Amino acid sequence: MSTEAVGDAGLYDYSDRPPRLPDPVDASNASLDIPLDQRMAMYEMQQVLRQFEKRAYDLFMQNLVKGTSHLSLGMEAVATGFASAMQPDDYTFATYRGHAHTLARGAPLGPVMAELLGRENGILKGKGGSMHLTSVEHNMMGSYAIIGAHLCIANGAAWSAQMRGTDQVAVAFFGDGTTNIGAFHEAINFAVVWNLPVIFVCENNLYMEYTPIDLVTAVPHPAADRAAAYGLESIIVDGNDPDAVFIEASRAFDKARSGNGPSLVEAVTYRHGGHSRADPGKYRPAGEVEAWLDRDPIPMYHSRLLELGVPEGDLATIQKDVATRVDEATDFAKAGAPPGGEHLFTDMWADGGSAWRN
Amino acid sequence: MAELSYRDAVAFGIAQEMRRDPTLVMLGEDIAGAGGVFKTTVGLVEEFGPDRIRDTPISEQAILGAAMGAAMTGTPVIAEIMFSDFLAVCFDILANEIAKSRYMTGGQMTMPLVVRTANGGGSRFGAQHSQSVENWCMMIPGLKVVAPSTPVDMIGLMAAAVRDPDPVVMFEHKSLMAGKAEIPDGEILDELGKAAVVREGTDCTIAALALMVPRALEAAERLAADGISAEVVDVRSLVPLDTQTLLSSTEKTGRFFTVEENPRLCGWGAELASIIADEAFWNLDGPVVRITTPHIPLPSAEALEDMAIPSVDRIHTTIRDAMG
Repeated sequence: MSTEAVGDAGLYDYSDRPPRLPDPVDASNASLDIPLDQRMAMYEMQQVLRQFEKRAYDLFMQNLVKGTSHLSLGMEAVATGFASAMQPDDYTFATYRGHAHTLARGAPLGPVMAELLGRENGILKGKGGSMHLTSVEHNMMGSYAIIGAHLCIANGAAWSAQMRGTDQVAVAFFGDGTTNIGAFHEAINFAVVWNLPVIFVCENNLYMEYTPIDLVTAVPHPAADRAAAYGLESIIVDGNDPDAVFIEASRAFDKARSGNGPSLVEAVTYRHGGHSRADPGKYRPAGEVEAWLDRDPIPMYHSRLLELGVPEGDLATIQKDVATRVDEATDFAKAGAPPGGEHLFTDMWADGGSAWRN
Repeated sequence: MAELSYRDAVAFGIAQEMRRDPTLVMLGEDIAGAGGVFKTTVGLVEEFGPDRIRDTPISEQAILGAAMGAAMTGTPVIAEIMFSDFLAVCFDILANEIAKSRYMTGGQMTMPLVVRTANGGGSRFGAQHSQSVENWCMMIPGLKVVAPSTPVDMIGLMAAAVRDPDPVVMFEHKSLMAGKAEIPDGEILDELGKAAVVREGTDCTIAALALMVPRALEAAERLAADGISAEVVDVRSLVPLDTQTLLSSTEKTGRFFTVEENPRLCGWGAELASIIADEAFWNLDGPVVRITTPHIPLPSAEALEDMAIPSVDRIHTTIRDAMG
């Protein structure tokens, strides 16, 4: 659901509204029971997501990425906290804002970057693009660009896990806007009735594309306030704190794996940029973006790790190593050829082809 | 040999496949305890249990979404959408997700699922429970589409659909449910993408589907009395489409007619007519003629519905007049 409408605020101007400011960092999260090596891994993952998205943005500006893209800049802690709590065989389902969720499952940077550039060495051979990133090998089961559908699809993966007798859990990530479409409500009711091992994660970044979510939603918390309707606990977590997300995610995974069914988690976060590449996000109230930039999850986590005694040099090394990996991914992507015409007619059917007649 | 109705053949075909593959599951509204609103799933929950034959809420998106998610993670599925009209409710999942995911992901996903649905008119249910919507599915790249007209075809095509690794939409015609036929012993397995010449003839070819097949056959009897030898082809599978059977029949007869229950515009016969015009033009002795439901919503009153859907009379007189 890409909106490539206007280049500046224009009709979509909500800048006179009072800004929605973030809650302050909960300093006590520093003492949550999370091993330091786990925290270091989460720092690195956030660095990967951040630096990759920044590079993707630069490549759009150079017109090397066509079409559209929806970046997760500012929202890295949600993907990081959840992916870090997953087992390797758990399933991820994401929306068109899916770069971070794909990388967080371990999909290789180069082929993902090449996909954004529409190259033959892309992870989808150039046939899906930014909005459909998938890596079945990493149990990242797709990025879905029609709002709501993948919550229903995640149910099926959870059902399949149940039928096969595994303890896999399916996780569907979606935006606040998704909570107002029918499929959201169908999916959650269905998951509860079938007691499925599935976790629904609302990344509430406060904007439904160009519109403040509170203007189009009957309740203040678009996901958490709906939970009671399905007999679920109302869960709100600081989506800009990977430690808080990790703990909440772990609780939801434990619930699902112990046969106690689905969870609905609302992670409150913020999109640093606009909805998609065409949107500079100028409609937002003065002071709001700045306040959320001050709550940027990555510098916050950097400070927390320093407080926990991690040497600054260790963090700098991680940053530098990630920068090298992103550079290498960029080189890999740029070196890819445009897909050849032979790819046009492959992969529709399981036999590899697309024949519809004899 | 046993005699089975088309209705019973549905459950028979599903049961054959569920015995063969213990991982196959089915979901839908009222399919378990109630045995389906058309009684096409009677006895299945008793044999296979409530874990494999599962009732759902009235949530068509949730139903097809669950089918897709299960299929792509290694659990083959049959999903029932009670009336084909309701495909409109979950068309996103069918047309945008199920149909496209394999291609969009560069072949990463496999989708072994069957969507079964009751299609077609004749039940006086009105415009939202009577449509023939096989053309909705035919036009979506990535879906296979079958519509059996006999109990034996139902079983064989059900087996072929379940064993196919790609998504297949199976249209079960509401007005064919009571029809009976002898069923051969042993496993019945057919093939997708094969039309059947169900009556041989030399003067014209009539391509028909589902309920229109018995009507075309009866019209062919009347045409014979008029001295016109009509060949009737049961198209059976819209995707893949058996164009070779249609082309070779037309090359023999020199005339081509379609009998379609879907409304006129972009009905499945339009594609067939186009193929015949492109590839059998020099064999044609006269225009290609499509006999369809008019381009209107289906009315409910018996008298009006019967006027709308191609009848034996209309098929007979249209072809007789066209053949001069």
